[in-house]
Amino acid sequence: MTAVLDRTPAPEQTRPTIEWGPALAGAVRKLDPRGLVRQPVVFTVWVGSVFSTVLAVLEPTVFGWAIAVWLWLTVLFANVAESVAEGRGKAQAASLRRAKTTAVAITEDGREVAAADLRPGDRVVVVAGQQIPGDGDVVAGIASVDESAITGESAPVIRESGGDRCAVTGGTTVLSDRIVVQITSKPGETFVDRMIALVEGAARQKTPNETALNILLSSLTIVFLLAVVTLQPVAVYAGAGQSMTVLIALVVCLIPTTIGALLSAIGIAGMDRLVQRNVLAMSGRAVEAAGDVGTLLLDKTGTITLGNRQAARFVPVGSASDDEVARAAVLASLADETPEGRSVVVLGGGAVDRPAGAEFVEFTAQTRMSGVDLPGGRQLRKGAAGAVQAWVRGLEGSVDPSVGTVVADISTAGGTPLVLAENGPDGARVLGVIELKDVVKPGMRERFDELRRMGIRTVMITGDNEATARAIAAEAGVDDVLAEATPEDKLALIAREQEGGRLVAMTGDGTNDAPALAQADVGVAMNTGTSAAKEAGNMVDLDSDPTKLIEIVAIGKQLLITRGSLTTFSIANDLAKYFAILPAMFAPVFPGLDTLNVMRLHSPESAILSAVVFNALIIVALVPLALRGVRYRPGTASALLSRNLLVYGVGGVVLPFVGIKAIDLLVSLIPGIS
Amino acid sequence: MTGWLQVGLLVLALGLAHKPLGDWMARVFTAEKHWRVEKLAYRVVGVDADAEQRWPTYLRSVLAFSLVGVLLLYSLQRLQALLPLGNGMPGVEPSSAWNTAVSFVTNTNWQGYAGESTMGHLVQMAGLAVQNFVSAAVGLAVLVALVRGFLRRGTDRLGNAWVDITRAVVRLLLPLAVVATVVMVLGGVVQNLSAGTDVTTLAGGSQFVPGGPVASQEAIKELGTNGGGFFNANSAHPFEGPTAWVSLFQVFLMLLIPFSLPRTFGRMVGDRKQGLAILGVMGLLAAVSVSLISTFQAGALPEGQEVRFGGPLSSLFAAATTLTSTGAVNSMHDSYTPLGGMVTLFNMMLGEVAPGGVGSGLYGMLVLAVVAVFVAGLMVGRTPEYLGKKLGRREMTLASLYILTTPAIVLVGTAVAVAVPAGQAGMLNSGPHGLSEVLYAFTSAGNNNGSAFAGLSANTPFWNTALGLAMLLGRFVPIVLVLALAGRLAAQGKVPVTAGTLPTHRPLFAGLLTAVVLVVVGLTYFPVLALGPLAEGLS
Repeated sequence: MTAVLDRTPAPEQTRPTIEWGPALAGAVRKLDPRGLVRQPVVFTVWVGSVFSTVLAVLEPTVFGWAIAVWLWLTVLFANVAESVAEGRGKAQAASLRRAKTTAVAITEDGREVAAADLRPGDRVVVVAGQQIPGDGDVVAGIASVDESAITGESAPVIRESGGDRCAVTGGTTVLSDRIVVQITSKPGETFVDRMIALVEGAARQKTPNETALNILLSSLTIVFLLAVVTLQPVAVYAGAGQSMTVLIALVVCLIPTTIGALLSAIGIAGMDRLVQRNVLAMSGRAVEAAGDVGTLLLDKTGTITLGNRQAARFVPVGSASDDEVARAAVLASLADETPEGRSVVVLGGGAVDRPAGAEFVEFTAQTRMSGVDLPGGRQLRKGAAGAVQAWVRGLEGSVDPSVGTVVADISTAGGTPLVLAENGPDGARVLGVIELKDVVKPGMRERFDELRRMGIRTVMITGDNEATARAIAAEAGVDDVLAEATPEDKLALIAREQEGGRLVAMTGDGTNDAPALAQADVGVAMNTGTSAAKEAGNMVDLDSDPTKLIEIVAIGKQLLITRGSLTTFSIANDLAKYFAILPAMFAPVFPGLDTLNVMRLHSPESAILSAVVFNALIIVALVPLALRGVRYRPGTASALLSRNLLVYGVGGVVLPFVGIKAIDLLVSLIPGIS
Repeated sequence: MTGWLQVGLLVLALGLAHKPLGDWMARVFTAEKHWRVEKLAYRVVGVDADAEQRWPTYLRSVLAFSLVGVLLLYSLQRLQALLPLGNGMPGVEPSSAWNTAVSFVTNTNWQGYAGESTMGHLVQMAGLAVQNFVSAAVGLAVLVALVRGFLRRGTDRLGNAWVDITRAVVRLLLPLAVVATVVMVLGGVVQNLSAGTDVTTLAGGSQFVPGGPVASQEAIKELGTNGGGFFNANSAHPFEGPTAWVSLFQVFLMLLIPFSLPRTFGRMVGDRKQGLAILGVMGLLAAVSVSLISTFQAGALPEGQEVRFGGPLSSLFAAATTLTSTGAVNSMHDSYTPLGGMVTLFNMMLGEVAPGGVGSGLYGMLVLAVVAVFVAGLMVGRTPEYLGKKLGRREMTLASLYILTTPAIVLVGTAVAVAVPAGQAGMLNSGPHGLSEVLYAFTSAGNNNGSAFAGLSANTPFWNTALGLAMLLGRFVPIVLVLALAGRLAAQGKVPVTAGTLPTHRPLFAGLLTAVVLVVVGLTYFPVLALGPLAEGLS
């Protein structure tokens, strides 16, 4: 597995513990039919359980009771699946609730109001040690804020009025200073409220794709219901009329109970996988859309490249030697604590002791250069090409004619040239040029190759000029670039891609990203971003890590694959169940049909009961798979399909033959069944 | 040996015709220009041939056209005694006339009556033969509308039903039927307007020799996958199927259009491989079916077989007629071995999609492809899409209802028939075989095939009404759903194909589609088959 998946939902890494106890209690509560109506397949089993229980009471036999009990267990196991999935969100919800402790807020004019009564537009004052009572923007002041209650990140962040760092979230704590916050959320609809609802599954609605699948499953349920209901008159005519209990057992075995039982658990678990990665999806629709994404818009800085440029090369000019330039560059950068400066020292062979009496010259926006004045009068300067050359000329030194060319070449290739010069006993001269380059994060090229194989186009967004952008794009291996990008350009690009039928995903944090975030099918807002951005996107990344977009896509795909695979598995199971139940039903009247009893099951009763038991147990057996999702490896659609068809299609045909036979061997030991 | 030669010849002939005919049909439905005779027809009916229709309008046109067909055919039968060329036959009894009218309009051609003793030449020519043409044309029109749904983007227009039906008749069915008629006349099929002759046989006995426009009827009967014979014995009658090669030619005619349509589909959607994949699925299912019938029939008693031409041709004909929703027969399926007969039954249960009736076979297959794509599409981690169209809630609702419709008709019909006295009264056999006969009747009617197991005296009010309903619902409910689906698809944009798209033109998908067809059908009908042919065949 290449880099994409090192961080993508590699299911093995996230095997959570399952709390079976509380889940069981929840499952019993869910036996209420009013809730079950939403799951047509499970509801059908519920109705069957009620009927078979009544039949067992009226005419008690071991077989009748065994079927009734196992049908109830089937419903219960379906509920357990859902409860388990929901249970995992509960703990998180509880910790979030603790964050909502502030009851009283102090308004700008000094009144005390209940936090729950704050309306958008209200202004409140929050000082060090207090909790922010609601979501809003800082309109005055600057403060460090502890957001660990929400993000889990303990290092405090700075929030200040104006700019892109003005958004604060209710439930976070101000650690220093005093800020005035203008509330932007309605009561009960704060970010924390929504998060609680999300992780608890209360706000969960069926997603479009889940609805479509539910329709197919309902239709199959009706087909099988019809097949069995119409079977009875035909069987009566043939002199092989069946007991109601057997018919109910047949229906339950045929309708797609496995996927029907696990469907909602799969959906909840999909959302949960996002939550585990500190991503909050505001709608299930967005999670599904993530699987469909055709174009990924990625910001260059921080996503594709490391945040800062790094020294990549020294180019000596004139009579200067490589060594001379390197040594001079290190000396000039010793006091430069910027990442660029440190990278120059590293490239030049590492730090040396500061020469005694050296005076360091700080970079300023006016001089646009920094350096050192060494004892003995030697001066070293490095900085913007124009500034340093002007400095040399001002000292009547020599600027080698090749400097212009070198500087131009580096710029064209996407780098940033820093000119290094000295003013020594022999006069002032340019020593060489330091090339600073954007450094592409390791493993990005492999990731993009992987995405390409998945059919996803990547577009790099950057404010750099076209040439620079192209150079980095080529190095990182993205498919396309949007250079000198303005918010309008981004919006236009998204619209263009969508016009062609592709779904677009992007990340953003600034207010000017908001329109594009809203337009994108999957818009992931960074938690550090403005409230406008968070409002516009349909997901929020609490870690504010733009690379996570790639993982989100993988999670979306995994969700759909899990549904499809378990559907296939569920339907494929029916074949074996037929071979178990039909001979059991009809062979007593038509002995020839015993040929179909390929599993050589013990008796008609044991055969039917074994099929029912298998049908119930397989649900429990698949709960862990439903929760963590089926293994997903990025690859072409063909490769994915062959693999999943083999595992869940062919496996779904074969497994129940083995399983039912094994259960039959046990069941046949029960007195009253054999 | 002869059997293999016949199959080989058939495959060769179909292979040769596939390309030119498929391409021609694509042109028929995409050409801009109207032919003069068509313009005349549009003017007479008062249709604006250049106005495109939304799906409800398209549907209304198809339904209205069919309703008028039913009424006309019903009236013709009831009034034939008063009209010319009635051959002295009395008016047809109401329940039989209703059944026959529905039967021919729905392209089923179930025949509760005996042709030579019930229908005069006028009904045969102006009624039944006309419906043979136009019911096939309706199937083609609905198919073309669905293909346009896949093809078009962001529109609510699906073409013009009147134009599609007219062109199907004028540019496709009529010319082919003329050629086929000539070939059959040359082969010895009767074609005259004689009311029949009484002759004295060599032995001195007296015999009535019927006559009539048989060859012309026969040509479109096979070509349009109709199947309604001029005579009660259908293609087993020496005047309908005089020689072995004419019988084989009839098999060819049945398969000709349905097996060429995948090419038309591929051409129209601009990717011939898509058509090829569908053709592969149809071909595979058909090949398996022919082999199974031949295997089960090998060594079977000659009773009910077309003994003049040998067992293999009977099996081939039986497979072709049930695979194509034709329902013509040159042998009696009821007399087949239970398992051989079960395969003919199963062929129809497939929903008549391999290759199925003219038009209806392919649209049925495309709906099944939608279901297959949905499940497979999920397994590759995307919202499933077929030919660039997303399969969401509404699309799946329509496709689900489609695959639900025919099994519901067949199973409910069968259950009711064996449960009520009026139904049981028509059953001449008891036990599993009697059950198979009832099941066959409803499967045939619900899937618009029209062939019958014997052993059912179906010309009673109960059977005429029940089977008539089954035919009507089995034809038009799916048409409503298909056109609604076409409307949904056309309104969508188109999703571009990427490496992440599920490829639907590769063998893997064709195999999956085959599996979906078999599994969906197999699981639905397995229980009732177990009580019928399986109980009989495995004992």
